[in-house]
Amino acid sequence: MGAHVNTTINGDAVEFVCAPDESLLDVLRNRIGLTGAKEGCGTGDCGACSVILDGRLVCSCLVLGAEMNGKKLETIEGMADGAKLHPLQQHFIDGAALQCGICTPGFLMAAQALLRKNPDPTEEEIRYGLAGNLCRCTGYDKIVRAVQAAAKEMRG
Amino acid sequence: MPLDQDLEIKKFKVIGTRVRRPDGVDKVTGRARYGADTSAPGQLVALVLRSPHPHAIIKKIDISKAEKLAGVKAIITSADLPDLTNGDRAMLDILENCMARKKVLYDGHAVAAVAAIDATTARAALKLIKVDYQILPHVTDVDEALKPTSPVIHDHIFTDGIEPKPTKASNFNKQAEYGHGDLDAGFAEADVIIEKSYKTEQTHQGYIEPHSCLASVSPDGAAEMWVCTQGHFVYRNQCAALLGLDANKLRVTASEIGGGFGGKTHIWTEPLALALSRKANRPVKLTMSREEVFRCTGPTSSTSIDVKIGAKKDGTITAAFAELRYHGGAFPSNWAEFGAMTTWACYDIKNCKSLSKDAIVNRPKTAAYRAPSAPQSCFAVENTIDEVAKAIGMDPVELRIKNAAKEGTKSSYGPVYGPIGIGATLQAAKNHPHMKAPLAKDTGRGMACGFWFNFGGQTCVDLNVTPDGTITVAVGTMDVGGSRASLALAAAEELGVPYEAVRVIVADTSSLGHNDMTDGSRGTFSSSMAAVFAARNAITILRERAAKTWEIPVDDVEWVDGEAKAKGASRGNLAPLTLKDLAKGAGGTGGPIAGHSEIVADNAGVSFGTHICDAHVDKETGKTTITRYTVIQDAGKAMHPSYVEGQYQGGAAQGIGWALNEEYVYGTNGRLQNAAFLDYRIPVCSDLPMIDTQILEIPNPHHPYGVRGVGETPIVPPLAAVSIAVTNATGVRMHHIPMSPPRILKAIKSAKM
Amino acid sequence: MAGGASSVFIEASTIRELFRKLSEEYPGMEPHIKRGVAVSIGGKIYRDQLDTKLPVSSEIYLLPRVPGG
Repeated sequence: MGAHVNTTINGDAVEFVCAPDESLLDVLRNRIGLTGAKEGCGTGDCGACSVILDGRLVCSCLVLGAEMNGKKLETIEGMADGAKLHPLQQHFIDGAALQCGICTPGFLMAAQALLRKNPDPTEEEIRYGLAGNLCRCTGYDKIVRAVQAAAKEMRG
Repeated sequence: MPLDQDLEIKKFKVIGTRVRRPDGVDKVTGRARYGADTSAPGQLVALVLRSPHPHAIIKKIDISKAEKLAGVKAIITSADLPDLTNGDRAMLDILENCMARKKVLYDGHAVAAVAAIDATTARAALKLIKVDYQILPHVTDVDEALKPTSPVIHDHIFTDGIEPKPTKASNFNKQAEYGHGDLDAGFAEADVIIEKSYKTEQTHQGYIEPHSCLASVSPDGAAEMWVCTQGHFVYRNQCAALLGLDANKLRVTASEIGGGFGGKTHIWTEPLALALSRKANRPVKLTMSREEVFRCTGPTSSTSIDVKIGAKKDGTITAAFAELRYHGGAFPSNWAEFGAMTTWACYDIKNCKSLSKDAIVNRPKTAAYRAPSAPQSCFAVENTIDEVAKAIGMDPVELRIKNAAKEGTKSSYGPVYGPIGIGATLQAAKNHPHMKAPLAKDTGRGMACGFWFNFGGQTCVDLNVTPDGTITVAVGTMDVGGSRASLALAAAEELGVPYEAVRVIVADTSSLGHNDMTDGSRGTFSSSMAAVFAARNAITILRERAAKTWEIPVDDVEWVDGEAKAKGASRGNLAPLTLKDLAKGAGGTGGPIAGHSEIVADNAGVSFGTHICDAHVDKETGKTTITRYTVIQDAGKAMHPSYVEGQYQGGAAQGIGWALNEEYVYGTNGRLQNAAFLDYRIPVCSDLPMIDTQILEIPNPHHPYGVRGVGETPIVPPLAAVSIAVTNATGVRMHHIPMSPPRILKAIKSAKM
Repeated sequence: MAGGASSVFIEASTIRELFRKLSEEYPGMEPHIKRGVAVSIGGKIYRDQLDTKLPVSSEIYLLPRVPGG
């Protein structure tokens, strides 16, 4: 029996049917066509599938699609304001905070969630705020700096 | 215009600037498409059945029940992958690794694969396949595998490199020896001799993107594959050969790649996806789980290394010997030999030797991991050098400077060095503020230097001038971390146009000639060289077109700052022809304007780096925290400094993970115990400090801009630098990495006894 | 491989000629050359350019082709 779900994704009303054991990540990627969230592990260890669910940062591989009824979801695809990139996105490009880029959507979601809660984080707070996301290319240095630069710009 | 590989010293306009990468926006908005991000009409989902045993004979595989399950469209075993290798044992080993034939050789070895209408059906089908195994004794430790009592994994392996060749099969597949001089005489001259043994554990590249491919084979033999890979041309060649397809009919497109570091230089499940697609006559998508990535792809070797160094009181190393034992997983390999070649490469030692022993064990096939084999030998050598420095009371940096290789030194692996950067990186380390900074309590400082060969190889670039005068560049060497930006910089530099006027893509296998993989730190080195030559070829044509337009000899046309200019006083009235003018008029002057380049970019030039590390050790818990880290490395010329820094920082972080946490843990049952990121712990953001970098630029004489490869060397020194820092923090020499808290506590405890 | 010798004298003007003569004189070397070796001439490493000219009286090293990450 499939679950019939009505939800909001990046401000748009979305309706889908999914299997009861299907993860939100699989629903996003395979049913809705939003492949920005990545599966790096499927066990909540890597953060590449991070999305913001009712204001909370979650691994979409650990949430069921069937739980989404009436919820509000934000994914990487909704981060930019039309053609204008979010300051975090712009600073990731300008600061070379990505190499292969597979972890980037997850990092941007996590950084977004962090800066909403704490607009002026210390380096340590950034490092712990992003500790649920794995990056294997950068050594995190340029990611932390990009978040610092974006936070500064966003504070104005 | 001569296409000379040799360096031209000139003032750059755009090379060396920190431009925005062309794939940046796609990658921060979720638009970039990686291996698993595409699908085809009517595609099936494939899953692989894997052995739970490390070593067993496959007596029977019964697929009859699985075949009958509704929604199952194809099932394959080794019977569907006949041996077409025509006596090429190396290719047969690749095929056998992709799918077990008579025996399974490691926990996770593929035995069958299923394509079904969805993942749920495919999972159910795997459960219905019955495999009858006859379990054999196994061996997973490299030293155990080399013992005569070890269970023999392959009955066709007789040790190479020992004469006479043994007549009894064993797991000892190769011995090799490098070095020169007279060891006995050298050790006799020494005032101090240090002899130590070391062990390193097996690690994985840990790329965040699991392997994924989408294969589609048509009944007429034409096939397409979308795949994450470091070398789509090599994947094309190997898959076509193993499946009996014509290479020209298998079109492979490289997706964006979510990390590789050597792990995506080998084919793993791609032939299975193609065989399933051929059998089902439908597109097949095969994506590995993270557990499969750990169990069944290609981690690095675990090693066991003995080192002996003799030195005079003034610091001169008089003799050095190392025996290195590495394994290639379940197949024969040269990993210990490559370790032996790198062992003494940083130093100028009169009498040195390294002896390698390559072994076969019941673990997954070892693959390249960033400067493969070098970090382990560097760990053993640099710790012993550090011990020598302590024994004779000399500063460890000074000791290294005194013995460093230089131009004209006969390297331990044979060749004589040209201009090299080891001395410069050591001097820079000596003078770096990090070296003089005060240390906190329970914190130690370590430094180490490392070497990697680097290479070039076969490369194609096509450069096209579009009708509006902008430039497209197609390259066949995969971009794994930003090289498209560097190629655009090279084309812009040559043509004299803005960086933004050039767009670079990675082309599929049907669009260009063969390209080698992105490995050996060759990506930017080789492709930028080809891009420079392609641009110069295009400039030749642009000058010809201007000459035609003006009806003057081509020798009277020069290309300056993106424009054709007529030379000579009498031609002062001819307004320059811009790229835009020439592009617009191309139809009337001979057709489309393009530049091509097909090259072998040999002569990449060896690479050296020196790292400095501060490590704090909590002596109660054994936990190590890296408090400061500096990477100093020669880049030849940094085309895009941000991405060079990124390579230095990323390599250091991987090395720190290897030094402190990462480790394959096998149970006595021969099964991998920690095939998940939770238990195989790579460094996270809160584990690391900022990683400082210093880029030295000692131009490579064999690249038009002086570029050297930079990608691999940064992982070589960290194992040594971190362990020496821990040793200096605890007062106990660390002989076994990773230096996990229990291992550090044990070392501290046994030192007290 | 080369009858137990670790160094031999060969007259050749290019890498291609060197490989051909080595294979003829020391058949044990042939499989190694076919599998792929790198050549070091005067400290520079060549993996593919078989037309490369060998300088007079030069010392040439045959090395295994190193893989990379």
